[in-house]
Amino acid sequence: MVVKGVVKKGQYFDSVTLMLVAKGLTEVEGVEDAAIVMGTDENKSILESSGMLLDEFKQAKDSDLIIVVKAKDEALAEKMLEKAEKDLQESRTKFEEAGDYLPKSLEGALEIMPDANLVLISVAGKYAGDEAMKALEKGLHVMLFSDNVPLEKEIELKKYARDKGLLVMGPDCGTAIINGAPLAFANVVNRGDIGIVAASGTGLQEVSCVITNEGAGISQAIGTGGRDVKKDVGGIMFLEGMKALNEDENTKVIALVSKPPHEDVLKKIANLIKEEIKKPVVGIFIGGDPEVVKSAGAIPANTLEEAGLIAASLSKGKSMDEFKKLLEEREEEIKKLAEEEASKKKEGQKYVRGLYTGGTLCDEAQLLFKDMIGYVYGNAPLKEEFKLKDSWKSFKNTVVDLGEDEFTVGRPHPMIDYTLRNKRILEEAKDPEVAVILLDVVLGYGSNMKPGEELAPVIKKAKEMAKKEGRDLSIICSITGTKKDPQNKDKVEKELKEAGAIVMPSNAAASKLSAYIVKKLGGDK
Amino acid sequence: MAIKDLFGKELKVINIGLLSFKESLEDAGVKVIQVDWRPPAGGDEEVMEALKKLLGK
Repeated sequence: MVVKGVVKKGQYFDSVTLMLVAKGLTEVEGVEDAAIVMGTDENKSILESSGMLLDEFKQAKDSDLIIVVKAKDEALAEKMLEKAEKDLQESRTKFEEAGDYLPKSLEGALEIMPDANLVLISVAGKYAGDEAMKALEKGLHVMLFSDNVPLEKEIELKKYARDKGLLVMGPDCGTAIINGAPLAFANVVNRGDIGIVAASGTGLQEVSCVITNEGAGISQAIGTGGRDVKKDVGGIMFLEGMKALNEDENTKVIALVSKPPHEDVLKKIANLIKEEIKKPVVGIFIGGDPEVVKSAGAIPANTLEEAGLIAASLSKGKSMDEFKKLLEEREEEIKKLAEEEASKKKEGQKYVRGLYTGGTLCDEAQLLFKDMIGYVYGNAPLKEEFKLKDSWKSFKNTVVDLGEDEFTVGRPHPMIDYTLRNKRILEEAKDPEVAVILLDVVLGYGSNMKPGEELAPVIKKAKEMAKKEGRDLSIICSITGTKKDPQNKDKVEKELKEAGAIVMPSNAAASKLSAYIVKKLGGDK
Repeated sequence: MAIKDLFGKELKVINIGLLSFKESLEDAGVKVIQVDWRPPAGGDEEVMEALKKLLGK
């Protein structure tokens, strides 16, 4: 293998562009690895650990671009460096062609679009807060996708926004739907009369998709960022979001989605529901006590799916009894399916391996497992003693969040790039003790655009590998998405089913099915 | 001004950052204008943070 690289002085590209171009290089045969990064110390140490730090990179500065390729021979490496520069140039051209004139600042943009009403910010956290404040001062609502915005800055922004009657969604807000527009990583959902306030990105996606797939719809889905409901920020935007939905004439039902808020924040939410909110409220505080939600005057849901189903029932004017009947029917179907799947398993097959791309979905699976088959191992376990010694190797029943840092440094998030998970699926399939592989597939803008094409062949291969050794392997998926998403849920579902996967209507249903199978096989003991 | 005043209006977005967000919004039929933003000094941390972030929701 040959490592070759080049430093380009003072060139700036956005991070997605850099990763896409680098990924394009690694897809060429004979290329083992490639990286295109700015020359920061942190990046240099990542390059060093993967054996790609050349002497000439050591002098590179933060503002210099490093392109490096590890390939089978010198000629190919040279060719790849040229390809990288060409691809970067093309992306720049595309960027410049994106408009006749691209303003360099918020002020410039406002000259062109004076009636703009929302600013979406995804630049680095240390700059993002200042950009957000500029937007608020101009009377614009803000969605802050960026993370690493200092806590004090978040509090300052949100207090200022509250006083001015403006929305600050985020920092670290991955998804929102405002006036039907899917912002950042959002799904294309039905419009309707259910308003959502969420401090969890994938939680919001799962609930809004369940609602849509049930034939109901969303009026607004406001993301707040996970830190909003903690003690320091005090739920400023969560509460403001609830008030706004209460006053919104197009919202009939309000759904709240979050990990358990700080107790002070919870009290404020409860007070608000009691004193001001005049609409039915459904709440899912993942991992929290449903009684607390109930005592706050909201209808508690046990899972994200339930939250979506209850909200949809209320929206359609159905009674809670009808909803409960639906849930019971679904539970019976899951049990029946579990019996069938378990009966096909060989002696010794008893464990589940959950490979997740969505953090909240991973949490939800672990919580359901805890109640049904006990605590499971993982890299982000519910209990510290169940932490895997090595995140790359599963043990007994394991659920892994592939979106955690140890998996994402230097590569795109697993919702976008399936490479890492696909490899892991095949590894798990080799393990004779594995009965079930559980997967989430998150659709929508920003996610992988060809999930069926990239995942289906791997599912097929994994099942074939097990079959050769006389084992039947259940691969159970949930799809967070809608048929209106650019990937089209129906199409993806068909592709995965054809490959031999079982596709469940929600993450909760997929997790329950997995747990029932494991229980039947004695993997819970 | 109040948050609810935003509801029901046509959403018009100024995008500062990832170009892919602008493209997604346009694809969904939303009016959006891209700012050709550059870091005040260099652009180093942007890459690392977005790498981690890219979509560590």
